[in-house]
Amino acid sequence: MSSKNSNWTIFMRGLVKENPIFVMLLGMCPTLGVTTSALNGLGMGLATLFVLILSNTAISLIKTLIPDQVRIPAYIVVIASFVTMVDLLMAAYWQPMHEKLGLFIPLIVVNCIILGRAEAFAAKSSTLQAVIDGLSMGIGFTWALALLGGTRELLGSGAIFDYPLVGEDASTMLLFIMPPGAFLALGYLALIINKLRGVK
Amino acid sequence: MDYLHIIIAAVFVNNIVLAQFLGICPFLGVSNRISTSIGMGGAVLFVMTLATLVTFILRKLILTPLSIEFMQTVTFILVIAALVQLVEIVLKKVAPPLYQALGIFLPLITTNCAVLGVALLSVQKEFNLMESLLFAVANALGFTLALVLFAGLREQLELVELPHAVRGVPIAMVVAGILSLAFMGFSGIV
Repeated sequence: MSSKNSNWTIFMRGLVKENPIFVMLLGMCPTLGVTTSALNGLGMGLATLFVLILSNTAISLIKTLIPDQVRIPAYIVVIASFVTMVDLLMAAYWQPMHEKLGLFIPLIVVNCIILGRAEAFAAKSSTLQAVIDGLSMGIGFTWALALLGGTRELLGSGAIFDYPLVGEDASTMLLFIMPPGAFLALGYLALIINKLRGVK
Repeated sequence: MDYLHIIIAAVFVNNIVLAQFLGICPFLGVSNRISTSIGMGGAVLFVMTLATLVTFILRKLILTPLSIEFMQTVTFILVIAALVQLVEIVLKKVAPPLYQALGIFLPLITTNCAVLGVALLSVQKEFNLMESLLFAVANALGFTLALVLFAGLREQLELVELPHAVRGVPIAMVVAGILSLAFMGFSGIV
């Protein structure tokens, strides 16, 4: 397989086949916690995407310098530094989103997707491939979050990306933007995706 | 804020798993049996209380005096990772039966976002030392409660014949949703 071809394979993998949320079930806390609207899901997804690309790049660059025994703490420090950067950057340039996501931004540190990709992929691959993998997993995470957020926003407040689709006095299923709705919406989405993947 | 208020709010009204979505990974991962849920709950109680204590002291004595609060995330996660290792080593030496009981759950706690979440939340809520500790204990109890209830439901679910497409994640999520709905009944009592 030519190298261009294998890069393409790496890129496609995170989007659907090994989608971090629907297939690998990683990073469930922000997935359920912030997806009250499509925009929140998108914001969280982009913040994670940013950290994922940077941490994958950094870790694949320094992978030969880190002794094997202390690699996990070393990865965590690298990830935590990038998360702090994203936290400060968002507070400065995207303040409304920073307020909405709140606690979940520092919690990107403990998102299993990022440490998982560092350990399973970036530590063993070339920098270019690690960047592609970070991009792919990040985009896979972002679309899944935006889809879940969009579903909840549509059912719960009758809007999509804050654009109202129903009249002001229409009654919507408020349950879906409350905590139980997060579990229910993800459960049914996972069921639909299972069906689409051909599970009987 | 008085102490009873903090406890009831953390255990029932704002349950850390079912209302705040922290610690979902162990909630879904290790809640197949009631006995393992209790083990995980015990380990979390231990680490969460210690982590909140240590991060509180570090923040008061080092981060705030030097005005480097932006280092909070990095410091806290390192403290938690180190603490988990330390607890593991000490328990192995001092209390082998407890170590055996908590065994596999201890390393998992580093990536449990509930621990970091509670440490960050008690900073955000500007609690004093006593309130922070109480908040940590109450949240750990809330975590254990949610985990044990969910494990009980899943033990029963195993006896039911389900279509293949519903098995695993979808049914777990829907059951968690119903449990979360039940906990919403507590809202407004404090």
